[in-house]
Amino acid sequence: MANGENVSGPILAADGRPLKQSLARALRLQKLRALALIAPLLIFVLVSFVAPITDMLFRSVENAIVPDTLPLTVAALEDWDESAGKLPGEEVFAALHQDLLVAVAAKAHTKLGSRLNYEQTGVASLLRKTGRRVKRMEEDGDLAAQFAKIHKSWADPETWATIKRFSSAYTSGYFLNAVDAKLGATGIEARPENERIYIFLFERTLLLSVVITVACLLIGYPVAFLLATLPMRTSNMLMILVLLPFWTSLLVRTSAWKVLLQQQGVINDTLVFIGLVANDGRLAMINNQTGTIIAMTHILLPFMILPLYSVMRTIPPSYMRAAKSLGATDWTAFWRVYFPQSVPGIGAGAILVFILSIGYYITPELVGGTSGTFISNRIAYHISSSLNWGLAAALGVILLMVVLVLYWLYDRIIGIDNVKLG
Amino acid sequence: MRLRTFLAAGAVASVALAGAAQAEDMTIVSWGGAYSASQMNAYHKPYMEMNPDVNIINDESAAEAVAKLRAMAEAGNTTWDVVDVVASDAIRLCDEGLAMEIDVDSMLAAAPDGTPASKDFGDFLVTPCFIPQIVYSTTFGYRTDMVGDTPPKDVCAVFDLENYPGKRSLEKRPINNMEWALMCDGVAMEDIYDQLATEEGQARAFAKLDTIKEHVVWWSAGADTPQLLADGEIVIGSTYNGRLFKLIEEDKQPVAMLWDGQVFDLDGWIVPANLSDERKKRALHYLNFATDTQRLADQAKYISYGPARASSAPLVGKHATLGIDMAPHMPNEPSNMSNTLLYNYEFWADYRDDIDAKFQTWLAK
Repeated sequence: MANGENVSGPILAADGRPLKQSLARALRLQKLRALALIAPLLIFVLVSFVAPITDMLFRSVENAIVPDTLPLTVAALEDWDESAGKLPGEEVFAALHQDLLVAVAAKAHTKLGSRLNYEQTGVASLLRKTGRRVKRMEEDGDLAAQFAKIHKSWADPETWATIKRFSSAYTSGYFLNAVDAKLGATGIEARPENERIYIFLFERTLLLSVVITVACLLIGYPVAFLLATLPMRTSNMLMILVLLPFWTSLLVRTSAWKVLLQQQGVINDTLVFIGLVANDGRLAMINNQTGTIIAMTHILLPFMILPLYSVMRTIPPSYMRAAKSLGATDWTAFWRVYFPQSVPGIGAGAILVFILSIGYYITPELVGGTSGTFISNRIAYHISSSLNWGLAAALGVILLMVVLVLYWLYDRIIGIDNVKLG
Repeated sequence: MRLRTFLAAGAVASVALAGAAQAEDMTIVSWGGAYSASQMNAYHKPYMEMNPDVNIINDESAAEAVAKLRAMAEAGNTTWDVVDVVASDAIRLCDEGLAMEIDVDSMLAAAPDGTPASKDFGDFLVTPCFIPQIVYSTTFGYRTDMVGDTPPKDVCAVFDLENYPGKRSLEKRPINNMEWALMCDGVAMEDIYDQLATEEGQARAFAKLDTIKEHVVWWSAGADTPQLLADGEIVIGSTYNGRLFKLIEEDKQPVAMLWDGQVFDLDGWIVPANLSDERKKRALHYLNFATDTQRLADQAKYISYGPARASSAPLVGKHATLGIDMAPHMPNEPSNMSNTLLYNYEFWADYRDDIDAKFQTWLAK
């Protein structure tokens, strides 16, 4: 074949074109058709998943509200030196007055107040109050004095420094906040000791997620092994028991743990009854880390068992028998022959459980008390309660980065090809 | 061909259905549970009887209302018509331009004696976007069988580990807890917020909370404290007064109410900004009915929250199923009000982010 090509040039198809070209054309058509077939899904994923997430993450740096609401003030503040510790000149107050007249008409000043209140406590009410009075101010009079009369914060250079610091359309403020730092007078500085929380929470989230993953593996491996080795009929019955939690509401399962684990709960009552624990020394197993670990291990267990099971089913039992017939003990046969073949299942299960648990928030919120909550509880708080979506987005970006870095590490060390879901 | 006809017919039918549905559905968002049921009985049912062309859909996602309203506004598709929120959220929605400003006197009914609505609601009109509906309070309930012969008389029993040993529950947020801590640390009622505005005052409140930190179960859902009390997990705990009413009067648990130190808060309605004129008109028509003097008094038949109109108070009657007088169970009943705080909206709008960061750090340490 190779010889023939060399001698007589390219092989021609029936229509006289070179075969290679003709084949490529046919393949291209096929590819296009395949693409057209997956296009609905692709477009769906892009529109409903990638675009909103990108938009949400973009909020972690977006700060257009300040220059948009106070365009003249921002321009006038450019020449003001914040480090001098003096108030800006009258022209800046005049610019602020103009900006606020426009902003109040558009009801944008309170929005700006909420934004800047994240950086300096008190700006929210400052702008609300100023907004109510700004129309009654005299344009020709001493504006600096009039503003100071409305609220003393306008006579505080720190207020102006905050506006100037957050006057560009993009800000690093949210990301700094997310790593317990802030933009101060002299640049980036750490937050005071009594406000440092996020790095601590990131560490705790990672640590607890590892613990939960290991717990799932230790409990799930024997179960999956049993399921994979039992006869089909029995294992199907047991499989239903594994799947049953999947069909029960998450909140029901979490509440059930409350009933079991609390100090007047079933487990403590039983322990007191059989005399293992004194009545005044009941164990605290909920509203702390223990509660989070127990409840989440239970909830995520199926995600460990299912991939393990599907990998173990593909391991032929004859390998173990062969090992034993060659003189291996039960343990050696398991450890040297069976276990290495189940590693891809461990990889898949561990990744699933770890990534799910790192972003979990409802169970830690309900049973975690104060020592068992995750970073996602803070993200949820900032999304739904404090409305500080910029900070929530910044925390989300960091969490996403951490997961990607861990994933990359996992690929380097174990190899992602070694992961099998079945 | 047949498939195409079928699809076309389906499309026509669904458009027609959607059109019909838009003509009469009104989505009202509230908190669910007994609270939504009380609104259903006092407001929605009579309103739908009087206006058969309106169909009220009850959505129970008030807990995420602020975030969802913002998301809907950004997407340009607000599907809610009337939303039940607490006053502090109404202030934020108003600040963000997500709720419409209400001209109380021209849009809402006057009291039966002709007092304009703005006077009838009085100080409860905390922001121009908000129509107050009920006054509720966050207060304490305690196990009567776990306090011996000396039941607690004031809120500082929470900090008294000597006489009332055992666990107590507090909400997992700084609001109210900081106030109680200062109150029981000897700060006069009128100085509390001046103190809390300073670093020293905040540190003082945290120091007071430190004394009981190890004995506190922190709750985040309103149902937590009633459950903890019913199971005997805690001696004393804070929650909403309506939850305690249910626990004591309906479930007959050995629990008693401590009105001392209760913190008043308001719950009420907002109308999302940027509704179409037609929907806005419909929402206001409903609110005009649902917030009149009689309707607010009616709601108290089903739940122990006080009507926000002064003119409704004399009309509060008996509980619809239990048949007991509801007036003594209202947080704004004078005999329950000897020592109370009104949630300071202005203060917490400013300090919430700052103190919350410190509170969470304090909790985690």
